[in-house]
Amino acid sequence: MIVMNWRTEWKKLAIIAGVFLTFFYLPLDSARFENAIMEALHLTKWYAREHVLLCLIPAFFIAGAISVFISQASVMKYLGAGANKILAYGVASVSGTLLAVCSCTVLPLFAGIYRMGAGLGPASAFLYSGPAINVLAIVLTARVLGVELGIARAVGAVLFSIVIGALMHLIFRKEEKEKASIQMLIPEEESSLPLWKNALYFASMVGILVLANWGKPDEMTGIWAIVYSYKWMGSSFFAVALGVMLVCWFELVWWKVGLVALATAVFAFIFPGQPLLVFFIGVAGLSFFTSTDKGITSEWFASSWGFARQILPLLLLGVLIAGALLGRAGQEGLIPSEWVAWAVGGNSLTSNFFASFAGAFMYFATLTEVPILQGLISNGMGKGPALALLLAGPALSLPSILVLRGIMGLKKTLVFSALVIVMATLSGMIFGTFFG
Amino acid sequence: MMKIQILGTGCPKCKKLAEVTEAAAKELQLNYELEKITKINQIMAFGVMMTPALAVNGVVQVTGRVPSAEEIKNLLLTNR
Repeated sequence: MIVMNWRTEWKKLAIIAGVFLTFFYLPLDSARFENAIMEALHLTKWYAREHVLLCLIPAFFIAGAISVFISQASVMKYLGAGANKILAYGVASVSGTLLAVCSCTVLPLFAGIYRMGAGLGPASAFLYSGPAINVLAIVLTARVLGVELGIARAVGAVLFSIVIGALMHLIFRKEEKEKASIQMLIPEEESSLPLWKNALYFASMVGILVLANWGKPDEMTGIWAIVYSYKWMGSSFFAVALGVMLVCWFELVWWKVGLVALATAVFAFIFPGQPLLVFFIGVAGLSFFTSTDKGITSEWFASSWGFARQILPLLLLGVLIAGALLGRAGQEGLIPSEWVAWAVGGNSLTSNFFASFAGAFMYFATLTEVPILQGLISNGMGKGPALALLLAGPALSLPSILVLRGIMGLKKTLVFSALVIVMATLSGMIFGTFFG
Repeated sequence: MMKIQILGTGCPKCKKLAEVTEAAAKELQLNYELEKITKINQIMAFGVMMTPALAVNGVVQVTGRVPSAEEIKNLLLTNR
Protein backbone atom coordinates (compact mmCIF):
# COMPACT_ATOMS: atom_id res chain seq x y z
CA MET A 1 0.00 0.00 0.00
CA ILE A 2 1.32 3.43 -0.88
CA VAL A 3 0.95 6.02 1.83
CA MET A 4 1.60 9.72 1.44
CA ASN A 5 4.66 10.64 3.46
CA TRP A 6 4.09 14.29 4.34
CA ARG A 7 7.39 14.63 6.10
CA THR A 8 9.46 14.09 2.99
CA GLU A 9 7.03 15.13 0.30
CA TRP A 10 5.70 18.47 1.51
CA LYS A 11 8.52 20.50 -0.03
CA LYS A 12 8.00 19.09 -3.50
CA LEU A 13 4.26 19.56 -3.20
CA ALA A 14 4.72 23.16 -2.11
CA ILE A 15 7.03 23.86 -5.04
CA ILE A 16 4.70 22.30 -7.61
CA ALA A 17 1.69 24.10 -6.16
CA GLY A 18 3.63 27.36 -6.10
CA VAL A 19 4.69 27.07 -9.74
CA PHE A 20 1.15 26.37 -10.93
CA LEU A 21 -0.28 29.14 -8.75
CA THR A 22 2.20 31.57 -10.31
CA PHE A 23 1.07 30.59 -13.78
CA PHE A 24 -2.59 30.67 -12.70
CA TYR A 25 -2.27 34.34 -11.85
CA LEU A 26 0.33 35.21 -14.48
CA PRO A 27 -0.63 38.71 -15.70
CA LEU A 28 -0.06 37.85 -19.35
CA ASP A 29 -2.49 40.48 -20.60
CA SER A 30 -0.85 43.30 -18.74
CA ALA A 31 1.18 45.51 -21.06
CA ARG A 32 3.81 46.09 -18.39
CA PHE A 33 4.37 42.38 -17.89
CA GLU A 34 4.59 41.67 -21.60
CA ASN A 35 7.03 44.51 -21.99
CA ALA A 36 9.13 43.24 -19.09
CA ILE A 37 9.54 39.83 -20.75
CA MET A 38 10.65 41.47 -23.97
CA GLU A 39 13.05 43.70 -22.06
CA ALA A 40 14.59 40.70 -20.33
CA LEU A 41 15.15 39.01 -23.68
CA HIS A 42 16.51 42.15 -25.32
CA LEU A 43 18.94 42.79 -22.50
CA THR A 44 20.18 39.20 -22.53
CA LYS A 45 20.60 39.33 -26.30
CA TRP A 46 22.62 42.51 -25.95
CA TYR A 47 24.89 40.87 -23.38
CA ALA A 48 25.32 37.81 -25.56
CA ARG A 49 26.26 39.96 -28.54
CA GLU A 50 28.37 42.63 -26.94
CA HIS A 51 29.97 41.20 -23.86
CA VAL A 52 30.35 37.46 -23.78
CA LEU A 53 32.81 36.71 -26.58
CA LEU A 54 35.03 39.78 -26.64
CA CYS A 55 34.95 40.75 -22.99
CA LEU A 56 34.07 37.90 -20.65
CA ILE A 57 35.91 35.07 -22.38
CA PRO A 58 39.29 36.86 -22.44
CA ALA A 59 38.63 37.92 -18.84
CA PHE A 60 38.03 34.29 -17.85
CA PHE A 61 41.34 33.32 -19.44
CA ILE A 62 43.07 36.07 -17.49
CA ALA A 63 41.40 35.06 -14.23
CA GLY A 64 42.40 31.45 -14.88
CA ALA A 65 45.97 32.51 -15.57
CA ILE A 66 46.11 34.50 -12.34
CA SER A 67 45.07 31.53 -10.28
CA VAL A 68 47.49 29.15 -12.02
CA PHE A 69 50.60 31.21 -12.79
CA ILE A 70 50.75 33.77 -10.00
CA SER A 71 52.17 32.40 -6.81
CA GLN A 72 49.64 33.18 -4.10
CA ALA A 73 52.25 32.30 -1.51
CA SER A 74 54.39 35.26 -2.51
CA VAL A 75 51.47 37.57 -1.76
CA MET A 76 50.45 35.87 1.49
CA LYS A 77 53.97 36.43 2.84
CA TYR A 78 53.15 40.11 3.26
CA LEU A 79 50.00 39.36 5.24
CA GLY A 80 51.49 36.92 7.72
CA ALA A 81 51.89 37.38 11.46
CA GLY A 82 55.40 38.78 11.23
CA ALA A 83 54.68 41.15 8.38
CA ASN A 84 55.46 44.85 8.42
CA LYS A 85 52.21 46.42 9.69
CA ILE A 86 52.14 49.44 7.39
CA LEU A 87 53.07 47.40 4.34
CA ALA A 88 50.38 44.85 5.26
CA TYR A 89 47.65 47.49 4.82
CA GLY A 90 48.92 48.38 1.39
CA VAL A 91 49.20 44.78 0.26
CA ALA A 92 45.83 43.83 1.76
CA SER A 93 44.10 46.68 -0.03
CA VAL A 94 45.26 45.64 -3.50
CA SER A 95 45.84 41.90 -3.19
CA GLY A 96 42.19 41.12 -3.89
CA THR A 97 43.06 41.31 -7.58
CA LEU A 98 45.34 38.30 -7.21
CA LEU A 99 43.78 36.42 -4.30
CA ALA A 100 40.05 36.92 -4.66
CA VAL A 101 39.48 35.70 -8.21
CA CYS A 102 36.69 33.57 -6.79
CA SER A 103 34.39 35.25 -4.31
CA CYS A 104 34.18 32.12 -2.18
CA THR A 105 37.83 32.46 -1.13
CA VAL A 106 37.39 35.91 0.38
CA LEU A 107 35.97 34.88 3.77
CA PRO A 108 38.49 32.12 4.57
CA LEU A 109 41.31 34.49 3.64
CA PHE A 110 39.81 37.19 5.82
CA ALA A 111 39.53 34.82 8.76
CA GLY A 112 43.09 33.65 8.21
CA ILE A 113 44.59 37.14 8.06
CA TYR A 114 42.61 38.12 11.15
CA ARG A 115 43.41 35.09 13.29
CA MET A 116 46.82 33.98 12.13
CA GLY A 117 48.21 36.83 10.12
CA ALA A 118 48.63 40.57 10.17
CA GLY A 119 45.53 41.20 12.29
CA LEU A 120 42.14 42.89 12.21
CA GLY A 121 43.14 46.04 10.30
CA PRO A 122 44.65 44.46 7.19
CA ALA A 123 42.00 41.72 7.27
CA SER A 124 39.22 44.32 7.18
CA ALA A 125 40.96 46.18 4.37
CA PHE A 126 41.17 42.93 2.38
CA LEU A 127 37.53 42.08 3.03
CA TYR A 128 36.32 45.46 1.80
CA SER A 129 38.36 45.77 -1.37
CA GLY A 130 38.75 42.12 -2.37
CA PRO A 131 35.40 41.45 -4.05
CA ALA A 132 35.39 44.84 -5.78
CA ILE A 133 38.79 44.65 -7.44
CA ASN A 134 38.92 41.14 -8.81
CA VAL A 135 39.71 41.17 -12.50
CA LEU A 136 36.32 40.00 -13.73
CA ALA A 137 34.43 42.62 -11.70
CA ILE A 138 36.56 45.52 -12.91
CA VAL A 139 36.50 44.42 -16.54
CA LEU A 140 32.74 43.97 -16.68
CA THR A 141 32.03 47.17 -14.71
CA ALA A 142 34.18 49.24 -17.05
CA ARG A 143 32.76 47.58 -20.16
CA VAL A 144 29.07 47.81 -19.26
CA LEU A 145 28.82 50.78 -16.92
CA GLY A 146 31.60 52.91 -18.39
CA VAL A 147 35.31 53.33 -17.80
CA GLU A 148 34.72 56.18 -15.33
CA LEU A 149 32.67 54.07 -12.95
CA GLY A 150 35.00 51.09 -13.45
CA ILE A 151 38.03 53.12 -12.37
CA ALA A 152 36.11 54.86 -9.56
CA ARG A 153 35.08 51.47 -8.23
CA ALA A 154 38.63 50.14 -8.15
CA VAL A 155 40.19 53.33 -6.75
CA GLY A 156 37.39 53.87 -4.22
CA ALA A 157 37.61 50.28 -3.01
CA VAL A 158 41.38 50.44 -2.54
CA LEU A 159 41.54 53.86 -0.84
CA PHE A 160 38.62 53.37 1.50
CA SER A 161 39.64 49.84 2.40
CA ILE A 162 42.78 51.29 4.01
CA VAL A 163 40.65 53.83 5.90
CA ILE A 164 38.26 51.13 7.10
CA GLY A 165 41.12 48.83 8.08
CA ALA A 166 42.89 51.56 10.04
CA LEU A 167 39.65 52.56 11.80
CA MET A 168 38.86 48.97 12.74
CA HIS A 169 42.34 48.64 14.17
CA LEU A 170 42.03 51.88 16.17
CA ILE A 171 38.56 51.13 17.51
CA PHE A 172 39.50 47.65 18.68
CA ARG A 173 43.19 48.18 19.42
CA LYS A 174 42.72 47.21 23.09
CA GLU A 175 41.04 43.98 22.11
CA GLU A 176 43.68 42.83 19.67
CA LYS A 177 43.78 39.48 21.36
CA GLU A 178 46.48 36.91 21.59
CA LYS A 179 47.34 35.56 18.21
CA ALA A 180 46.19 32.04 17.76
CA SER A 181 49.11 29.72 18.24
CA ILE A 182 48.37 27.97 14.99
CA GLN A 183 50.96 28.25 12.31
CA MET A 184 49.58 29.77 9.13
CA LEU A 185 49.92 27.29 6.30
CA ILE A 186 50.99 29.00 3.14
CA PRO A 187 50.73 26.93 0.00
CA GLU A 188 54.12 25.72 -1.13
CA GLU A 189 55.87 27.94 -3.61
CA GLU A 190 55.10 26.56 -7.02
CA SER A 191 57.69 26.93 -9.70
CA SER A 192 56.46 29.91 -11.61
CA LEU A 193 57.82 32.04 -14.40
CA PRO A 194 60.25 34.86 -13.67
CA LEU A 195 58.52 38.17 -13.12
CA TRP A 196 59.30 39.71 -16.50
CA LYS A 197 57.96 36.71 -18.40
CA ASN A 198 54.81 36.74 -16.31
CA ALA A 199 54.43 40.47 -16.92
CA LEU A 200 54.73 40.09 -20.70
CA TYR A 201 52.37 37.13 -20.73
CA PHE A 202 49.69 39.03 -18.83
CA ALA A 203 50.33 42.19 -20.84
CA SER A 204 49.58 40.33 -24.06
CA MET A 205 46.24 39.07 -22.73
CA VAL A 206 45.26 42.43 -21.26
CA GLY A 207 46.24 44.03 -24.58
CA ILE A 208 43.89 41.72 -26.48
CA LEU A 209 41.10 42.38 -23.98
CA VAL A 210 41.43 46.16 -24.04
CA LEU A 211 41.88 46.59 -27.80
CA ALA A 212 39.18 44.11 -28.84
CA ASN A 213 36.71 46.03 -26.68
CA TRP A 214 37.85 49.48 -27.79
CA GLY A 215 34.67 51.48 -28.24
CA LYS A 216 33.95 53.66 -31.25
CA PRO A 217 34.76 57.26 -30.25
CA ASP A 218 32.24 60.05 -30.84
CA GLU A 219 34.53 61.94 -33.19
CA MET A 220 36.63 60.18 -35.76
CA THR A 221 39.72 62.27 -35.07
CA GLY A 222 42.36 62.29 -32.35
CA ILE A 223 44.24 59.57 -30.56
CA TRP A 224 41.18 57.48 -29.50
CA ALA A 225 39.98 57.31 -33.09
CA ILE A 226 43.43 56.24 -34.32
CA VAL A 227 43.50 53.47 -31.73
CA TYR A 228 39.99 52.48 -32.77
CA SER A 229 40.89 52.16 -36.44
CA TYR A 230 43.81 49.88 -35.56
CA LYS A 231 42.02 47.87 -32.86
CA TRP A 232 41.93 44.55 -34.73
CA MET A 233 45.45 44.96 -36.03
CA GLY A 234 46.62 45.67 -32.48
CA SER A 235 44.67 42.72 -31.04
CA SER A 236 46.23 40.45 -33.68
CA PHE A 237 49.67 41.71 -32.73
CA PHE A 238 49.07 40.82 -29.08
CA ALA A 239 47.57 37.47 -30.07
CA VAL A 240 50.69 36.61 -32.08
CA ALA A 241 52.85 37.64 -29.12
CA LEU A 242 50.78 35.40 -26.84
CA GLY A 243 51.17 32.52 -29.28
CA VAL A 244 54.96 32.92 -29.39
CA MET A 245 55.11 32.99 -25.58
CA LEU A 246 52.94 29.89 -25.32
CA VAL A 247 55.37 28.01 -27.55
CA CYS A 248 58.60 29.34 -26.02
CA TRP A 249 57.76 29.40 -22.30
CA PHE A 250 54.80 27.09 -21.83
CA GLU A 251 55.96 24.31 -24.08
CA LEU A 252 52.90 24.20 -26.21
CA VAL A 253 53.72 22.37 -29.45
CA TRP A 254 54.68 24.92 -32.11
CA TRP A 255 52.67 23.46 -34.98
CA LYS A 256 49.46 23.48 -32.93
CA VAL A 257 49.79 27.17 -32.13
CA GLY A 258 50.81 27.77 -35.74
CA LEU A 259 47.71 25.93 -36.95
CA VAL A 260 45.44 28.13 -34.84
CA ALA A 261 47.23 31.26 -36.06
CA LEU A 262 46.93 30.09 -39.66
CA ALA A 263 43.22 29.28 -39.34
CA THR A 264 42.56 32.64 -37.70
CA ALA A 265 44.50 34.46 -40.41
CA VAL A 266 42.67 32.61 -43.19
CA PHE A 267 39.29 33.50 -41.70
CA ALA A 268 40.40 37.11 -41.22
CA PHE A 269 41.38 37.20 -44.90
CA ILE A 270 38.13 35.65 -46.18
CA PHE A 271 35.78 37.51 -43.81
CA PRO A 272 37.44 40.84 -43.10
CA GLY A 273 34.12 42.35 -41.98
CA GLN A 274 33.43 39.66 -39.38
CA PRO A 275 35.87 40.25 -36.51
CA LEU A 276 33.66 38.29 -34.08
CA LEU A 277 33.93 35.16 -36.22
CA VAL A 278 37.70 35.52 -36.51
CA PHE A 279 38.00 36.11 -32.77
CA PHE A 280 35.91 33.01 -32.14
CA ILE A 281 38.18 30.86 -34.32
CA GLY A 282 41.20 32.06 -32.37
CA VAL A 283 39.57 31.40 -28.99
CA ALA A 284 38.26 27.99 -30.04
CA GLY A 285 41.69 26.95 -31.31
CA LEU A 286 43.40 28.16 -28.16
CA SER A 287 40.85 26.36 -25.99
CA PHE A 288 41.22 23.11 -27.92
CA PHE A 289 45.00 22.96 -27.80
CA THR A 290 45.41 24.17 -24.24
CA SER A 291 42.77 21.80 -22.90
CA THR A 292 44.21 18.74 -24.65
CA ASP A 293 47.78 19.58 -23.67
CA LYS A 294 49.52 17.55 -20.97
CA GLY A 295 51.40 20.40 -19.31
CA ILE A 296 50.57 23.48 -17.32
CA THR A 297 48.47 25.06 -20.06
CA SER A 298 45.78 22.43 -19.55
CA GLU A 299 45.63 23.53 -15.93
CA TRP A 300 45.26 27.09 -17.20
CA PHE A 301 42.33 26.11 -19.37
CA ALA A 302 40.71 24.02 -16.65
CA SER A 303 40.90 26.89 -14.23
CA SER A 304 39.49 29.38 -16.74
CA TRP A 305 36.69 26.99 -17.55
CA GLY A 306 36.04 26.58 -13.85
CA PHE A 307 35.36 30.31 -13.56
CA ALA A 308 33.21 30.37 -16.67
CA ARG A 309 31.12 27.41 -15.53
CA GLN A 310 30.63 28.91 -12.13
CA ILE A 311 29.86 32.48 -13.14
CA LEU A 312 28.14 32.41 -16.54
CA PRO A 313 24.89 30.65 -15.47
CA LEU A 314 24.44 33.04 -12.56
CA LEU A 315 25.21 36.03 -14.75
CA LEU A 316 22.70 34.89 -17.36
CA LEU A 317 20.04 34.56 -14.68
CA GLY A 318 21.02 37.93 -13.23
CA VAL A 319 20.74 39.63 -16.62
CA LEU A 320 17.32 38.08 -17.29
CA ILE A 321 15.98 39.16 -13.92
CA ALA A 322 17.52 42.63 -14.13
CA GLY A 323 16.01 43.02 -17.62
CA ALA A 324 12.56 41.95 -16.46
CA LEU A 325 12.58 44.15 -13.37
CA LEU A 326 14.31 47.22 -14.74
CA GLY A 327 14.42 47.05 -18.54
CA ARG A 328 17.03 48.53 -20.86
CA ALA A 329 18.05 52.16 -21.19
CA GLY A 330 14.98 54.31 -21.85
CA GLN A 331 12.60 51.39 -21.22
CA GLU A 332 10.71 50.36 -18.15
CA GLY A 333 10.51 46.89 -16.69
CA LEU A 334 8.25 45.68 -13.90
CA ILE A 335 9.51 48.34 -11.50
CA PRO A 336 8.36 51.86 -12.40
CA SER A 337 11.16 54.33 -13.07
CA GLU A 338 9.71 56.84 -10.60
CA TRP A 339 10.37 54.43 -7.73
CA VAL A 340 14.01 54.12 -8.69
CA ALA A 341 14.41 57.86 -9.20
CA TRP A 342 12.69 58.49 -5.86
CA ALA A 343 14.88 56.09 -3.91
CA VAL A 344 18.30 56.51 -5.48
CA GLY A 345 18.03 59.37 -8.00
CA GLY A 346 20.26 62.43 -7.87
CA ASN A 347 23.18 62.61 -5.51
CA SER A 348 21.60 63.47 -2.17
CA LEU A 349 22.82 62.05 1.11
CA THR A 350 19.68 59.94 1.46
CA SER A 351 20.05 58.45 -2.05
CA ASN A 352 23.66 57.52 -1.40
CA PHE A 353 22.87 56.17 2.04
CA PHE A 354 19.92 54.15 0.78
CA ALA A 355 22.04 52.64 -2.01
CA SER A 356 24.89 51.62 0.27
CA PHE A 357 22.54 50.37 3.00
CA ALA A 358 20.60 48.21 0.55
CA GLY A 359 23.85 47.02 -1.02
CA ALA A 360 25.32 45.99 2.32
CA PHE A 361 22.51 43.55 3.01
CA MET A 362 21.63 42.37 -0.48
CA TYR A 363 23.39 39.30 -1.82
CA PHE A 364 24.88 39.61 -5.29
CA ALA A 365 26.19 36.51 -6.99
CA THR A 366 29.57 37.27 -8.59
CA LEU A 367 29.20 39.92 -11.32
CA THR A 368 25.40 40.14 -11.18
CA GLU A 369 25.72 43.53 -9.53
CA VAL A 370 26.65 44.87 -12.96
CA PRO A 371 23.42 44.20 -14.92
CA ILE A 372 21.35 45.21 -11.90
CA LEU A 373 23.22 48.49 -11.61
CA GLN A 374 22.88 49.05 -15.35
CA GLY A 375 19.11 48.69 -15.04
CA LEU A 376 18.94 51.01 -12.06
CA ILE A 377 21.06 53.68 -13.80
CA SER A 378 18.91 53.60 -16.92
CA ASN A 379 15.88 54.12 -14.68
CA GLY A 380 17.31 57.24 -13.14
CA MET A 381 19.76 56.13 -10.46
CA GLY A 382 22.43 58.77 -9.89
CA LYS A 383 26.11 58.02 -10.52
CA GLY A 384 27.02 58.62 -6.88
CA PRO A 385 24.51 56.11 -5.49
CA ALA A 386 25.57 53.69 -8.24
CA LEU A 387 29.15 53.76 -6.95
CA ALA A 388 27.91 53.47 -3.37
CA LEU A 389 26.01 50.30 -4.25
CA LEU A 390 28.97 48.92 -6.22
CA LEU A 391 31.23 49.39 -3.20
CA ALA A 392 28.93 48.18 -0.43
CA GLY A 393 27.22 45.46 -2.47
CA PRO A 394 29.85 42.78 -3.04
CA ALA A 395 31.75 43.59 0.17
CA LEU A 396 28.87 42.61 2.43
CA SER A 397 25.65 40.64 2.31
CA LEU A 398 23.35 39.19 4.91
CA PRO A 399 24.87 35.69 4.59
CA SER A 400 28.42 37.03 4.83
CA ILE A 401 27.50 39.17 7.86
CA LEU A 402 26.33 36.02 9.61
CA VAL A 403 29.58 34.21 8.82
CA LEU A 404 31.60 37.25 9.95
CA ARG A 405 29.78 37.22 13.27
CA GLY A 406 31.01 33.69 13.79
CA ILE A 407 34.58 34.73 13.00
CA MET A 408 35.02 37.96 14.91
CA GLY A 409 31.97 38.38 17.12
CA LEU A 410 28.87 40.55 16.93
CA LYS A 411 30.40 43.84 18.02
CA LYS A 412 33.20 43.94 15.46
CA THR A 413 30.85 42.79 12.73
CA LEU A 414 28.40 45.60 13.48
CA VAL A 415 31.15 48.21 13.53
CA PHE A 416 32.59 46.87 10.27
CA SER A 417 29.18 46.90 8.57
CA ALA A 418 28.54 50.45 9.78
CA LEU A 419 31.94 51.57 8.48
CA VAL A 420 31.29 49.96 5.11
CA ILE A 421 27.95 51.73 4.80
CA VAL A 422 29.41 55.10 5.86
CA MET A 423 32.44 54.83 3.57
CA ALA A 424 30.40 53.67 0.58
CA THR A 425 27.98 56.56 1.12
CA LEU A 426 30.90 58.97 1.35
CA SER A 427 32.58 57.65 -1.82
CA GLY A 428 29.27 57.91 -3.65
CA MET A 429 28.76 61.51 -2.56
CA ILE A 430 32.26 62.51 -3.64
CA PHE A 431 32.03 60.72 -7.00
CA GLY A 432 28.53 62.06 -7.65
CA THR A 433 29.65 65.62 -6.96
CA PHE A 434 32.46 65.48 -9.51
CA PHE A 435 31.06 63.19 -12.21
CA GLY A 436 27.30 63.18 -11.63
CA MET B 1 41.87 3.14 8.82
CA MET B 2 43.11 6.39 7.36
CA LYS B 3 41.31 9.65 7.81
CA ILE B 4 40.94 11.93 4.82
CA GLN B 5 39.59 15.42 5.39
CA ILE B 6 38.51 17.91 2.76
CA LEU B 7 38.56 21.49 4.01
CA GLY B 8 36.42 23.98 2.15
CA THR B 9 33.36 26.14 2.55
CA GLY B 10 31.50 24.48 -0.29
CA CYS B 11 32.82 26.29 -3.35
CA PRO B 12 33.03 24.39 -6.66
CA LYS B 13 36.77 23.75 -6.26
CA CYS B 14 36.17 22.17 -2.86
CA LYS B 15 33.59 19.81 -4.32
CA LYS B 16 35.97 18.98 -7.13
CA LEU B 17 38.75 18.15 -4.66
CA ALA B 18 36.41 15.90 -2.69
CA GLU B 19 35.41 14.10 -5.89
CA VAL B 20 38.94 13.56 -7.14
CA THR B 21 40.18 12.42 -3.74
CA GLU B 22 37.36 9.98 -3.21
CA ALA B 23 37.94 8.49 -6.65
CA ALA B 24 41.66 8.15 -5.95
CA ALA B 25 41.08 6.51 -2.58
CA LYS B 26 38.60 4.05 -4.08
CA GLU B 27 40.94 3.20 -6.92
CA LEU B 28 43.74 2.46 -4.47
CA GLN B 29 41.31 0.36 -2.43
CA LEU B 30 42.30 2.11 0.75
CA ASN B 31 40.54 1.62 4.03
CA TYR B 32 39.55 5.22 4.56
CA GLU B 33 37.04 7.59 6.08
CA LEU B 34 36.29 10.82 4.22
CA GLU B 35 35.15 13.87 6.13
CA LYS B 36 34.18 17.24 4.71
CA ILE B 37 34.90 20.19 6.95
CA THR B 38 32.87 23.22 5.98
CA LYS B 39 32.80 25.36 9.14
CA ILE B 40 35.16 28.24 8.66
CA ASN B 41 36.40 28.21 12.25
CA GLN B 42 37.26 24.54 12.03
CA ILE B 43 39.13 25.17 8.79
CA MET B 44 41.07 27.94 10.51
CA ALA B 45 42.01 25.54 13.29
CA PHE B 46 44.05 23.63 10.71
CA GLY B 47 45.88 26.83 9.81
CA VAL B 48 44.42 26.80 6.32
CA MET B 49 43.37 30.03 4.63
CA MET B 50 43.44 29.11 1.00
CA THR B 51 40.65 26.66 0.38
CA PRO B 52 40.24 23.96 -0.75
CA ALA B 53 42.65 21.94 1.33
CA LEU B 54 43.30 18.26 1.86
CA ALA B 55 44.40 16.73 5.16
CA VAL B 56 45.45 13.13 5.61
CA ASN B 57 45.40 11.72 9.14
CA GLY B 58 45.13 15.23 10.52
CA VAL B 59 48.08 16.71 8.60
CA VAL B 60 47.38 19.24 5.88
CA GLN B 61 49.00 18.15 2.62
CA VAL B 62 47.60 20.51 0.01
CA THR B 63 46.14 24.00 0.27
CA GLY B 64 44.66 26.39 -2.22
CA ARG B 65 44.42 24.16 -5.25
CA VAL B 66 43.07 20.96 -6.71
CA PRO B 67 46.00 18.64 -7.50
CA SER B 68 45.89 16.11 -10.32
CA ALA B 69 44.56 12.61 -9.65
CA GLU B 70 48.12 11.24 -9.94
CA GLU B 71 49.43 13.63 -7.33
CA ILE B 72 46.62 12.79 -4.92
CA LYS B 73 47.27 9.06 -5.33
CA ASN B 74 50.94 9.53 -4.50
CA LEU B 75 49.99 11.66 -1.56
CA LEU B 76 47.59 9.09 -0.18
CA LEU B 77 50.08 6.26 -0.63
CA THR B 78 52.98 8.05 1.06
CA ASN B 79 50.86 9.20 4.00
CA ARG B 80 49.01 6.00 4.51
